[in-house]
Amino acid sequence: MTPIRHVAGKAIPFGAKNVDTDIIIPAHWLKTITREGMGRGAFEVLRKDPDNLFDNPEYKGAPILIAGDNFGCGSSREHAAWALLDLGITCVIAPSFSDIFASNAFKNGILTVVLPQDQVDRLLEVAQTDPVDIDLESQTVTTPFQDRFPFEIDPFRKHCLLEGLDEVGLTLAENDVISAYERRAAGELSFLSGKVERAA
Amino acid sequence: MTSKPCTLYEKIWDAHVVERRNDGSCLIYIDRHLVHEVTSPQAFEALRLAGRKVRRPDLTIAVPDHNLPTTARRDAAGKRIPIGDVESAQQLAALETNAPEFGIRYIGDSDAEQGIVHVVGPEQGFSLPGTTIVCGDSHTACHGGLGALAFGIGTSEVEHVLATQTLILKQSKTMEVRVEGGLRPGVTAKDLILHIIGVIGTAGGTGHVIEYRGKVFEEMSVEGRLTVCNMSIEGGARAGLVAPDETTFAYVQGRPYAPKGAEWDKAVAWWRTLHTDPGASFDKSVVINAAEIEPTVTWGTSPEDTVAIGGVVPSPDSFADPNKQKAAQASLDYMGLEPGTPMTEVEIQNVFIGSCTNSRIEDLRAAAAVLRGRHKAENVKWAIVVPGSGLVKRQAEAEGLDKVFIEAGLEWREPGCSACLGMNPDKVPAGERSASTSNRNFMGRQGPGSRTHLVSPAMAAAAAVTGRLTDVRELVG
Ligand code: SF4
Repeated sequence: MTPIRHVAGKAIPFGAKNVDTDIIIPAHWLKTITREGMGRGAFEVLRKDPDNLFDNPEYKGAPILIAGDNFGCGSSREHAAWALLDLGITCVIAPSFSDIFASNAFKNGILTVVLPQDQVDRLLEVAQTDPVDIDLESQTVTTPFQDRFPFEIDPFRKHCLLEGLDEVGLTLAENDVISAYERRAAGELSFLSGKVERAA
Repeated sequence: MTSKPCTLYEKIWDAHVVERRNDGSCLIYIDRHLVHEVTSPQAFEALRLAGRKVRRPDLTIAVPDHNLPTTARRDAAGKRIPIGDVESAQQLAALETNAPEFGIRYIGDSDAEQGIVHVVGPEQGFSLPGTTIVCGDSHTACHGGLGALAFGIGTSEVEHVLATQTLILKQSKTMEVRVEGGLRPGVTAKDLILHIIGVIGTAGGTGHVIEYRGKVFEEMSVEGRLTVCNMSIEGGARAGLVAPDETTFAYVQGRPYAPKGAEWDKAVAWWRTLHTDPGASFDKSVVINAAEIEPTVTWGTSPEDTVAIGGVVPSPDSFADPNKQKAAQASLDYMGLEPGTPMTEVEIQNVFIGSCTNSRIEDLRAAAAVLRGRHKAENVKWAIVVPGSGLVKRQAEAEGLDKVFIEAGLEWREPGCSACLGMNPDKVPAGERSASTSNRNFMGRQGPGSRTHLVSPAMAAAAAVTGRLTDVRELVG
């Protein structure tokens, strides 16, 4: 995974609320077996409007997306994260995210930043004309003006994003701990995680 | 040992902690993993590239469902009928090779056990009370109806579970949805959950695991509980739970993967401890009066856009929140509805009875009870019944339900996700309306331009008969 320390540049002032993953990437794009090329399907329905933000040359290749409340709700498809990445977006700012989307985004090296609505509104305004700057190390979003918005992030996620660490590799390194759990469970909770067999 | 009173969720969580980390997250053991063709190819690909194995193939099963056409799969000679859509065929083929390559049981397109993952898991006794269950699909919440902690995950997490049989998770907040009193006659589990989502909103459960509590759930069949928990995700919660009880044990016992003999007794003894202790507290609590619930339908493009069948299409101004007003207007424009229109005047052209929400035998029985001796209306162009699994299909046929549907002018299909989402050939045409027993009425969910009204199986059957949204209680008293 590509490490993320600092994301700076144009931010797409999208702002829409309750954007579900069907809007981010419609169902017919789910039929792939690889992760690449999904940007073409990103926000496909919205992009039928010739004046849409995503095809506006102003925001071409913008690394930041500013969205409204409950971004990424609906289906758990990780394709939504791949689609954003393929568009070049590595950071999404919103007042709230659906849990599954936020976790998918993280696992693919996209930083999700939660800020209160009034600060998001301010960034939406700034993004019309100016760049936005997110510094993960210091957990702050700044603009070329006086704005300075601190944000919270889970320390483990922060660490992985900063270092570009692959979660599967990290957990595999804990094989002993997992085996110990399995041995414990094989006694007390054998019907849960003991060897599962199907009746003939 | 006396410990502080715990909620059901906390008990299941605690039993699965492999390791607690300093940052408050936990490594959680996953007991059951269901894999389907849409969210797994990239996970298997990643394992292959990294030279990684599946840690516990015996805790994993693979079933195709989303892309499979629901028309016949084999010709008269038993030869597989090729799938027209190249990409669908490619995804299905990927699962069919990936599963055996990694040692996972694959339930194929013409096995009797094939079906929608969330129907297959409980039906096979693979999903059990007290287990942690994951699948790359948000409606995994469904299995919570058995008292399992079940939730949807993304493809990277699918890869993580395949490789390590664990997930790194933060404990969720707990939310109680307590339903008081009993449901009125003709009001079903589906009406109840639609009503609940209407009350709490699509973000009401965000960050929480919901436990459904009250007499209604205690008296409800496991199938009804699966329907309720299925749509927890529509209320923003990643998982929903109903405490396991004698009804649950009776449902699970004897199923192919269920524990047997002494293991069964040991399991039941533990399962009996799985309930929220008196005095345990929830982070959030919502109380709903069951007697107020009518058969419920949706009018808009969000599952929270619910209204009693006797109600009217709401006016956007009736919402206090300006954002909701805007969303409501957009919904009405998309749905082609005028505020003030009685819901029972909304004409439909399509009926879909199926999906992991409502395709179990009880659902088909409820629909058939309404359709028996009746025929679909002239204006209903397309009406299909899609059983949730091959075993449901067999059971329905043994009861003669297939004949009831066919005589009523409905099509009887092979198991799969079908018209729940526009991914396989079953789609609702643009601009047309459907009465659908599925779980999402998002724009384009049932096909580009499709307009979905979510309903219960009985209400879908009633709509098929009259050609408009209808209070089923007017047809069957
Ligand atoms: S039936 Fe619908 S909701 Fe259920 S798994 Fe299939 S596509 Fe998802």
